[in-house]
Amino acid sequence: MADRAPSVPLITAASPTAPSPAQSVSKSTPKPSSIPPASSLARFGDKIYGAVIFLASLSIFGIILWLFWQLTGASLPSIRHFGLSFVTGSEWDEVSSSYHVLPYIFGTLFSSAIALLLAVPVSIGAAIFLSELAPRWIRTPATFLIELLAAIPSVVYGLWGIFILIPFMKQFIVTPIVGSRLPHLPIIGELFKGQSAGYSMLAAGMILAIMVTPFITAVTRDILRAIPRSQREGSYALGATKWETISQVVIPYAKSGIIGAVILGLGRALGETMAVTMLIGNQPPNTPNGISLSVFQPGYTLASALANKFSEASPGLSTSALVEVGLVLFGVTIVVNGAARLLVFYTAKDVQGGK
Amino acid sequence: MSTTLSSPPNLLAKSTGNVAGRKLKNIVMLTLCIVAAGLAILVLGLVLFFLLSKGFSSLHIRLFTQLPDNIDTSKGGMAQSIFGTLVLLGVSSSIGLPFGILGGIYQIEARGRFASLVRFFTDVLNGIPSIVIGIFAYAAVVVPLAAKAALEHKPTAGFSAYAGGFALGILMIPTVMRTTEEILRLVPFSLREASLGLGATRWRTMWSVVLPAARGGIITGVMLALARIAGETAPLLFTIFGNQLFATHKVAGVSVPTLTAPIDALPLRIYNYSQDVDPNHNAQAWAGAVVLITLILVLSIAARFATRGNMQEEK
Amino acid sequence: MADVTTQKPTSLQDLARAQTSAPTAAKILVENVDFYYSAFHALKSINMVIPDRQVTALIGPSGCGKSTFLRTLNRMNDLIDGTRLTGKITLDGEDLYDKRVDVVDLRKRVGMVFQKPNPFPMSIYDNIAYGPRIHGLTNRKKLNEIVERTLRGSALWEEVKDKLKASAFALSGGQQQRLCIARTLAVEPEVILMDEPCSALDPNSTFRIEQLMEDLKKDYTIVIVTHNMQQAARVSQRTGFFLRGEMKEFGDTDQIFTSPKQKDTEDYVSGKFG
Repeated sequence: MADRAPSVPLITAASPTAPSPAQSVSKSTPKPSSIPPASSLARFGDKIYGAVIFLASLSIFGIILWLFWQLTGASLPSIRHFGLSFVTGSEWDEVSSSYHVLPYIFGTLFSSAIALLLAVPVSIGAAIFLSELAPRWIRTPATFLIELLAAIPSVVYGLWGIFILIPFMKQFIVTPIVGSRLPHLPIIGELFKGQSAGYSMLAAGMILAIMVTPFITAVTRDILRAIPRSQREGSYALGATKWETISQVVIPYAKSGIIGAVILGLGRALGETMAVTMLIGNQPPNTPNGISLSVFQPGYTLASALANKFSEASPGLSTSALVEVGLVLFGVTIVVNGAARLLVFYTAKDVQGGK
Repeated sequence: MSTTLSSPPNLLAKSTGNVAGRKLKNIVMLTLCIVAAGLAILVLGLVLFFLLSKGFSSLHIRLFTQLPDNIDTSKGGMAQSIFGTLVLLGVSSSIGLPFGILGGIYQIEARGRFASLVRFFTDVLNGIPSIVIGIFAYAAVVVPLAAKAALEHKPTAGFSAYAGGFALGILMIPTVMRTTEEILRLVPFSLREASLGLGATRWRTMWSVVLPAARGGIITGVMLALARIAGETAPLLFTIFGNQLFATHKVAGVSVPTLTAPIDALPLRIYNYSQDVDPNHNAQAWAGAVVLITLILVLSIAARFATRGNMQEEK
Repeated sequence: MADVTTQKPTSLQDLARAQTSAPTAAKILVENVDFYYSAFHALKSINMVIPDRQVTALIGPSGCGKSTFLRTLNRMNDLIDGTRLTGKITLDGEDLYDKRVDVVDLRKRVGMVFQKPNPFPMSIYDNIAYGPRIHGLTNRKKLNEIVERTLRGSALWEEVKDKLKASAFALSGGQQQRLCIARTLAVEPEVILMDEPCSALDPNSTFRIEQLMEDLKKDYTIVIVTHNMQQAARVSQRTGFFLRGEMKEFGDTDQIFTSPKQKDTEDYVSGKFG
């Protein structure tokens, strides 16, 4: 597509009075002379361009591989020394150079479980409200609020947790429950044993719940809004109530997406560091193996142990063990996120059936 | 197609009772949903309320202008922390922007399965906890830097703005890549066609036609990424160490930040002060939190404006 | 006989006499109905008698209000904000818009089939059982009965009887629509409203559904909105012609198509505009 009318007229076309061999040749090959022909240099430029952006995208793999390599390398001494007992043992002792993380793994899972238990009903309820019940004018302020909640940094949530949440918890939740019948019930009582200084699994779980709720709510709300109106209309036309329509048609339709959202929220909770560190106590609970089922007891998560112990670590086995903690955390989050994706993939296939 | 429709047995007639029960359940469950939403808003309100009330009561201009005062902790500020945060945003941008934007461009230009592989792994990178990235930065930057400075034998050797920026920059990349890709996709294909049709090369097309059209959206993505990393604390624990002073040195008579020395940052200082028994420091932590939130809010709002201005130009 | 097309009827009896040429009972009476979407006046002074156990077709160009009107008959428009209806619509003499009317029960008695098939993300069996279950029927045997009966009734049984547990999404478009019809039949309505039920389907499926209507009208009152005039002529006994929110003419199908009284009607059915 090169033959545009040149702004500078062709010398040959404009001067018929002075024909010359060169010019008559030009007459039969109308190349605009003011625009240089496409050069191979330009093609070369595109090659460089392609290479540059390709390398940029390769950086993703590069970073992940480099990260994995660094973490493994730095934790090798610890891996060699402790082997599998690193994740099955319970004692973490600087003095005797004995490092094991089972209580930390437990703490990570336990605090996240509490968080989801609290966050999921509230998030889904709020998402249902926003997508099915709320009048139009609520939409924009609600979206703004959700994004605001999501933008508050972890350390600020931690600050709020220390000075506001924990005193509140001590007064209105811990003390009443500890004084009541609850800790004495069989099985369930285990969850509520012991006094608490406030810094506890429950505090960490609650702050995690607060942090994860905006995320799950926003994603679930978007999923519900995307469900075609015809589904709801079909249900109403059969004489169903609003709740019947929501619970038996809309939510099942969205099931895989909601599960995905919850598990991705779980993924975030597992890796959450600052707020948890500030509220979970960072000391072992009062039990021999460092694991307690009581939500009022303090504990560690993998992330909080990492944050907390780093400053005390001496070079050598101590630091190596800490890096291995990071490696374990890395592994756990990869597995959970991967499982989330698979789950979403397979449940989506179920719902669609053949389509 | 003979049917057995004559006189349907009317099985439902007897069981259409309980409409009242269904309606009750309807109201109860829907009310619970409203309560859930209300609970979420209530919690947000409580967070904001205490943050603002405690923060503003300790907010003072000296927060921005003075360094910490160890003798009288009711005075003093955290000027070095605020400065450090800005330095970190700059250093991390130098990593996050090039890789993020160029990577996003690749996603647009590339065909084939590799691009979706890249997208998958970008999500993987996004899901890695920031503390793990922090340890990575420690191993990859702090340790080598410390080795280079081995002569100094300082316990803080290696902790630096480079290390912190490295970690934060990596955290930025997935966000910037994704938003860049999305905004480039929105640029109408006809624009690219027109340029390519004139014989322009692909890079020229991208540089002169597509990127300018997408400029606002890219800026939005960058600012949102900055807003996110401004509040990150965990990686900083392993990379910048903290400092009560400005880390600067003079180059040609002008003070410039020292990127190889330990620095301080707002989130780190908030964390440290929150663990402190000194109530003055606690109060300053609240004030610092207000400053941090304001910074994040400003970045987020500016991000919105960047897009809006651009879209209007397009029309 | 009052001429409904040019002057307001003086009484309901006149209206009934005018519109029903055969001595059948009136199932639904529509009196002076106006309908508004917020400020937009969508339906103007509609008067109509919908006879029992017949197929009544509503025709007219796009956007003339026929779907809106159809949805007033089972109060589906209530789901939209800002809608308002004046006038009276009665089903067997009961005012549908009375404050005390239970909408949930109304929609059980007046069912609806939509333009695009909308099966739920469940098995074929569960789709049909959904309605009865909601209304309180949980007995497995009875549900089985209803599923088979309605699937036979919508001419789908032979094709799906071996795969009732399969997902409804696995069916073809025509099958899905017949499933939706079966689903509607399962709640034992008295009236079935159909909003352009065949417009998304291929000719074969359309034919089968039209045959179905022939059978269904023995037991159900059917009101169908269609933009396909030939279909209206094929399946219905009564036809109403809508134009810009008004019902221009209503009468026996034969009469509407062969000797329409209004010029607009004649222009439309002869294809001068559409």
